[in-house]
Amino acid sequence: MSEHLPALLVVVPLILAPVAALSNRPRAAFAAAFAGCWWALYASLALLTRVRSEGVISYALGGWAPPYGIELRLDLVNAFVAVTVATIGAVVIPYAWTSVKKEITEDRIPLFYTAFLLMLSGLLGITVTGDVFNVFVFLEISSLSAYSMIALGQDRRALTATFQYLIMGSVGATFIVIGIGFMYVMTGTLNMADLAERLPAVMDNRTIPVAFTFLTVGITLKLALFPLHLWLPNAYTYAPSAVTAFMASTATKVSVYLLLRFFFTIFGFAFAFGQMRLNMVLMPLSLVAILAMSLVAIYEINVKRLLAFSSVAQIGYMVLGISFGSVLGVTAGLLHIFNHALMKGALFMAMGCVMYRVGSVQLSKMAGLGKKMPWTMAAFVGGGLSLIGVPLTVGFISKWYLVQAALEQGNWLVAGLVMIGSLMALVYIWKVVEVAYFQEADSDVEIREAPLSLLIPTWVLVIASFWFGIDASTTAQVATDAAELLLRGGS
Amino acid sequence: MSGGMLLLVTALLPVAAAGGVLLLRKSPNVREASTLIFGALTFWHVLGLLHRVQEGERPRLDMLEVVPGVQLAFELEPLGMVFALVASFLWPVTSLYAIGYMRGHHEENQTRFFFFFAIAIAGALGVAFSANLFTLFVFYEFLTFCTVPLVTHHQTEEAKKSGRVYLGILLTTSVGLQLVAIIWTWVLAGTVDFRTGGILAGTASTGVLSAILVLYVYGVGKAAVMPFHRWLPAAMVAPTPVSALLHAVAVVKAGVFTVLKIAVYVFGIDLLATLTTTSWLAWAAGATIILASLVAFKKDNLKARLAYSTISQLSYIVLGALLANELGIIGGGMHIAMHAFGKITLFFAAGAIMVAAHEKKISRMHGLGRTMPITFGAFFVGSLSIIGLPPAGGAWSKWFLAMGTLEAEQYGLLAVLMLSTLLGLYYLLEVPVKAFFFAPPEDAHRSEGIHEAPTPSLIAICITAAATLGLFIWPEVWRELMTMVVGGAG
Repeated sequence: MSEHLPALLVVVPLILAPVAALSNRPRAAFAAAFAGCWWALYASLALLTRVRSEGVISYALGGWAPPYGIELRLDLVNAFVAVTVATIGAVVIPYAWTSVKKEITEDRIPLFYTAFLLMLSGLLGITVTGDVFNVFVFLEISSLSAYSMIALGQDRRALTATFQYLIMGSVGATFIVIGIGFMYVMTGTLNMADLAERLPAVMDNRTIPVAFTFLTVGITLKLALFPLHLWLPNAYTYAPSAVTAFMASTATKVSVYLLLRFFFTIFGFAFAFGQMRLNMVLMPLSLVAILAMSLVAIYEINVKRLLAFSSVAQIGYMVLGISFGSVLGVTAGLLHIFNHALMKGALFMAMGCVMYRVGSVQLSKMAGLGKKMPWTMAAFVGGGLSLIGVPLTVGFISKWYLVQAALEQGNWLVAGLVMIGSLMALVYIWKVVEVAYFQEADSDVEIREAPLSLLIPTWVLVIASFWFGIDASTTAQVATDAAELLLRGGS
Repeated sequence: MSGGMLLLVTALLPVAAAGGVLLLRKSPNVREASTLIFGALTFWHVLGLLHRVQEGERPRLDMLEVVPGVQLAFELEPLGMVFALVASFLWPVTSLYAIGYMRGHHEENQTRFFFFFAIAIAGALGVAFSANLFTLFVFYEFLTFCTVPLVTHHQTEEAKKSGRVYLGILLTTSVGLQLVAIIWTWVLAGTVDFRTGGILAGTASTGVLSAILVLYVYGVGKAAVMPFHRWLPAAMVAPTPVSALLHAVAVVKAGVFTVLKIAVYVFGIDLLATLTTTSWLAWAAGATIILASLVAFKKDNLKARLAYSTISQLSYIVLGALLANELGIIGGGMHIAMHAFGKITLFFAAGAIMVAAHEKKISRMHGLGRTMPITFGAFFVGSLSIIGLPPAGGAWSKWFLAMGTLEAEQYGLLAVLMLSTLLGLYYLLEVPVKAFFFAPPEDAHRSEGIHEAPTPSLIAICITAAATLGLFIWPEVWRELMTMVVGGAG
């Protein structure tokens, strides 16, 4: 079986999705989703271990040899991303059981789990495939299931948020498919490795820079790089808590991976950074994202929305790392994919706990929660420390590499701006801390600590965000190796 | 026990004390007893370490590799020994004082108070034991965060505002400047270890290294070089034992200790002497000495005056580091100890006055000396040490610092030191003099019941005042340790 693991990683959750829908009972659907997520975690970890010891795994789907058949291709880069996605899925799914019961009407719960499984398999599919058209297909699977899950949110504004995301997301996907089409026209292949070989011969033709541009815009829209982030804050704010926690930690991260894959593996560093000067676009945009979006977060009064804007800023850090075009920079970007997934997952899950007990995440409703929900708010502070980048948290590790990458190129200005971004994170986290710990609660409202079924998954991520901040040698090593692989251009 | 294990045990003892505080929260007497016992144990272990360091051993413990090439590790050398000795000796003494103060003042949430107090000491010991810049930074930030609940202890609007200033300035400087400098050092030198003679020499142009020095000196916000000093007066909203131990000893000394450590083990004295910004920064420290003294002059609130006096005194140590010669370093290191004992005595006295007579303003303390002679007597002794007069310990460190300015041929800075002595004479001695010799203000309805502070506090005051005098007679251990730092035979 183990030789089919790359395919089974995606196929198992994909098949479990209709099972969940057909069972039409919350408990059975949950069981299917739970099994799907933990299978994905097991399979992705097994694959990462194999890639680390044996090198690249190439799997011909249905036995059709690449470049004609669809190839699943795992190297250190996407194995690492797949583990990130699967980890978050496995932690969020037990959390979802309690959280969703409160936030979604019962007859829709099986459909929620169906969509969750579809989104998971879509994201994993994008990650492991070696075929660009396949990327588009899985992208649509994950996006459509994401739209439907956001629309399940209690607040009626969830519907407009979904519509906004649907329009923007479809524009992004269309741009991507146009880019892919142009490349196909010029080379006659859809296989990534094959494309990387054939593209240099036709680079001079104007079609390729145009394809590159379409892809850049499409992908940056999907990963919500400023100023193409407008769909994100509403979607994250009004989606059910479990959906926000899962999406914020995975969907944009997979798009960042796509950026890396297209620019470094397919087009190659020399074309993307030398000829197209990608860094001239990405670096300023990511810096604006970091500073402007953190500033917006400081003035937000809905904490989920605050965290959503913070996410746009954090995506800025990932893209900034990539825009250095150096091993250190790409390492920082990759590390932050994993690290930010942990901390932002923890933070959104803590807010889900608040939502569960208080019914709102408005700042004004959170007065005195430090005493009433001590474990929830402690989890929030723990995740917040990571966001600020306090040493011994994962956030610090990301910054350590990012600032190194900046200083290595003598770019002390960017190093300084990254630090200013951290300090802005301090301001918006501290704002929540002040309300929760320094303001007196309404004495007539009875609020208890969130149930353990929510707290345990939340704390798993909080502890992980410290664990991988204290001992980052493994993650850092994997990320560095992956970055070197990407910059060599091969896969 | 191997040296490395001893380091770990010593640093963990305060954590154990914190655990004890939590477990024993139901009965305050046992809770406080556990703090005192663990405090005494910690000091005893530090003495064991002192013996080893004097023998020339450098206990080391590698805990783990955080990212490739960067270790979380402890290594104790003489300068760290100075800081660890001061912090671990004064912790149990302050705990004794705090028992009297917190109860006499009817403070709430005492368990939380003693818990974070013990945790902060663990942080201070971590700073003292750090083997490299990364570990130092970890504990430096740890110390910042675990003292926030102590600063905002009263949870009032004022406490909240002070908490903002405290966190804001300390984190802005450490993350915005110090961390950049540390990563820059890593990029240039390929290591962040503390090594005798420094690690930066020859890695980059003088201009770049000068810039890094500026980042370090201002990045260590805990050293309170102006204009990054506002957090220290803000922290004075905390209960007095916090001001005494943390904001006159542990936290601020962690700052100046970091500056000294960076000067000696990252730059190295020889490199430091060649950098263009060294003397500018020395003058910035000199300016802080004078300006802070002038502000202290104007403060009628006793704790605020002491806070500005601390800012001024901290810059003595920064100045010592930036004189870039052996005498300056020796003087700076000794001043860590001398100032600690003197200033903690002053804060203890200020707190005792608050508990016993409920007075915060100096102008309302006239005549109190007759009812509280021990407290004001101790205040007098502490003042002598801060001013730098015999027969108090402060005289020695000032002596070495002054010699350092002469050796560096910085006569202007010598004048700064002398001027600050004169200012100190006035703004510190004013307090006991007026308390003993002036008549009480007419509207002060002093009940007959005013007497000295609660006994535990009084004992603590006497211990630190006696130690301040004792340091004048026996300064040898500090001088010996600091001579080892600059490479002498001791």
